[in-house]
Amino acid sequence: MAKRVLLGAAAVLLVIAAAYAAFFVAPEERTMGVLQRIFYFHVSCAWAGLTAFSVGFLGNLLYVWKRREKYDWLGVSCAEVGLVFTTVVLISGPIWAKPAWGIYWTWDARLTSTFILWLLYISYLLLRTLIEEPDRRALLSALFGIFAFIDVPIVFGAIRWWRTQHPAPVIMGGPNSGLAPGMRGTFFFAVFAMHILMWFLIAERYSLEKMRGDVELLRQEADAT
Amino acid sequence: MGLLSDTAALLGKEVRTEFRSRELLSTTIVFVLIVVVLFSFTFDPTTNESHRFGPGLLWLAFLFAASLMLQPCFLREQVNDTLSALRLAVSDPFAIFLAKIGANTLFLLMTELLMLPVFAALFNVSFRGQLWRILLTFFLGSLGISVAGTALAAISAQARMRELLLPLLLLPLLAPILVASTEVTVSLMAPEPFMQWKGIGFLTLFDVVF
Amino acid sequence: MASPAEPSIGLRFEKVDKRYGAVYALRNLTLAIAPGECVALAGRNGSGKTTLLRIASCLTRPTRGTLSFSGATENQNPIAGFVAHATMVYDELTAEENLSFFAKLLGVANRKQRVDGLLQEVGLGDRKDSLVRTFSRGMRQRVAIARALLANPTLLLFDEPATGLDPEATLWLTGHLAKLRDSGCTILMSLHGESAIARLATRAVRLDTGSVVADTRSGRDISIRIFPSRADEWACFPTPRRC
Repeated sequence: MAKRVLLGAAAVLLVIAAAYAAFFVAPEERTMGVLQRIFYFHVSCAWAGLTAFSVGFLGNLLYVWKRREKYDWLGVSCAEVGLVFTTVVLISGPIWAKPAWGIYWTWDARLTSTFILWLLYISYLLLRTLIEEPDRRALLSALFGIFAFIDVPIVFGAIRWWRTQHPAPVIMGGPNSGLAPGMRGTFFFAVFAMHILMWFLIAERYSLEKMRGDVELLRQEADAT
Repeated sequence: MGLLSDTAALLGKEVRTEFRSRELLSTTIVFVLIVVVLFSFTFDPTTNESHRFGPGLLWLAFLFAASLMLQPCFLREQVNDTLSALRLAVSDPFAIFLAKIGANTLFLLMTELLMLPVFAALFNVSFRGQLWRILLTFFLGSLGISVAGTALAAISAQARMRELLLPLLLLPLLAPILVASTEVTVSLMAPEPFMQWKGIGFLTLFDVVF
Repeated sequence: MASPAEPSIGLRFEKVDKRYGAVYALRNLTLAIAPGECVALAGRNGSGKTTLLRIASCLTRPTRGTLSFSGATENQNPIAGFVAHATMVYDELTAEENLSFFAKLLGVANRKQRVDGLLQEVGLGDRKDSLVRTFSRGMRQRVAIARALLANPTLLLFDEPATGLDPEATLWLTGHLAKLRDSGCTILMSLHGESAIARLATRAVRLDTGSVVADTRSGRDISIRIFPSRADEWACFPTPRRC
């Protein structure tokens, strides 16, 4: 319990620190000015979201293999947290894009596959609400989660291959593509902070789900006597 | 009996059942027809633009039709719990899955082939000389749709709201097929038709992965 | 109908639990069934009879505990003939097509003779080319029974087989079950109340909320003890005895 409070406190502090760094420590970017600072949140959230989904994918695989309910708990926690981060990405992106590129959205590989990723995980959560029996729900959503995760790189590849005639404004290239040293520090710090936040949120959600499972078990024992 | 022979027997049953009533095929074909016609109303298929939009609309129509056609797949087996009987009778339950995939691919393919002349007429294109390539494209696309669709049909058959759920789950998942198939078809419709082998490769990859 | 060439099958349920989410369909169930026994399963709705049968048929696996078979061949689970609530046949095929199809999947030898023979035996010889959709409930039950018997199973599972049958069909079913019992098959049938079919059993077991609460292994008239027809008779039931 104390461990979780500590983790939570650390996460909050780190994010606040990262925000401070993003606004005050990092040097101002030449062309875009203050607006560019969204970049630190946007990309770090994107990475945290992808990490969350990847861990969730492992949870899904493990569930299908071992059928232990803790993997189902992990799967749903990662899916929800990943979805939150992805939503932030999808909102912060256009906010940045409009002043920067003049358009809110375009259908290049990265944006499209992020959007489809978002849709698929929303469907994952929706599917869970539509199946009542816990074991079946766990298995079917794990299977769908696996499909969903595999599909996204394929979508990415598909668009990348064919739709290049659209203007592909900066794929928010990896930060290594020409980030000034001052920015680099802030950036990786933001990534670190977001990942700690992600870890905290997943842990919290997981323990919530675990508690639910335990309550169910207690109720059954009570019914039995 | 072994996996292959079980699959063959099951596939035979699926085909025989369908050809007796033909209700699934006929409703699917009519549905695709309606969708394509409606698309033609919305986007006037003058020759230039139609070559860009047409295939996309066609494959979109196929995708919609598939998401409806795949639903009865497992729901049919729930009616009299024949699924339990099948599971008791076959040595490997995977055969049931394989047979369903085969049947769905076949029915989709038939729908697509029947729609091809209609599409060609409405959008004023000629596929002369491209028939084998079109066939290959349709086959790979249908297989991809079928594989993912049958799996998702099995999943959604056990959930509530299954009629809405299947298209909801299926369409985003099949987005890459839509893109790939469309692009290949477009290139086959071009004044100098060429075969987008990378598109074919992509479709094959999708099929294999899933 | 040929008598089973293989030895009869015995079953042993060992501390079996079956959980569906929060609900325990079977709870710590222990039951041993000797080869050749004809066991009647009694119990209210929801007592676990159907679940027990589904586990016995290997359609479902227990959440905990084990089910083992004796007399089964080649370390495989035996193929049981299962007649459930649902008919498990295709309405849009004819009786003969249904049976041929399942016979093909099961790898039955001399398929055509077997199918024709079975259809004759269940009394559907003249309706074999009609779609099952056109059959009455009793006739569908007969097709279901024929389907269950295709591979000459030595383990037969019946889930309330007389439900919805008219007296004539019930009479036919009773006679048929007697024949199967006498040929040495192990039969497990869940029944709803005292009936002629119940009297065929050599043993009765009563389930309540997923466990065995009473059992009798004698050959005497078991129906009244196990199938009380009045609610107060449940109360004066002997103390539950684990078997």
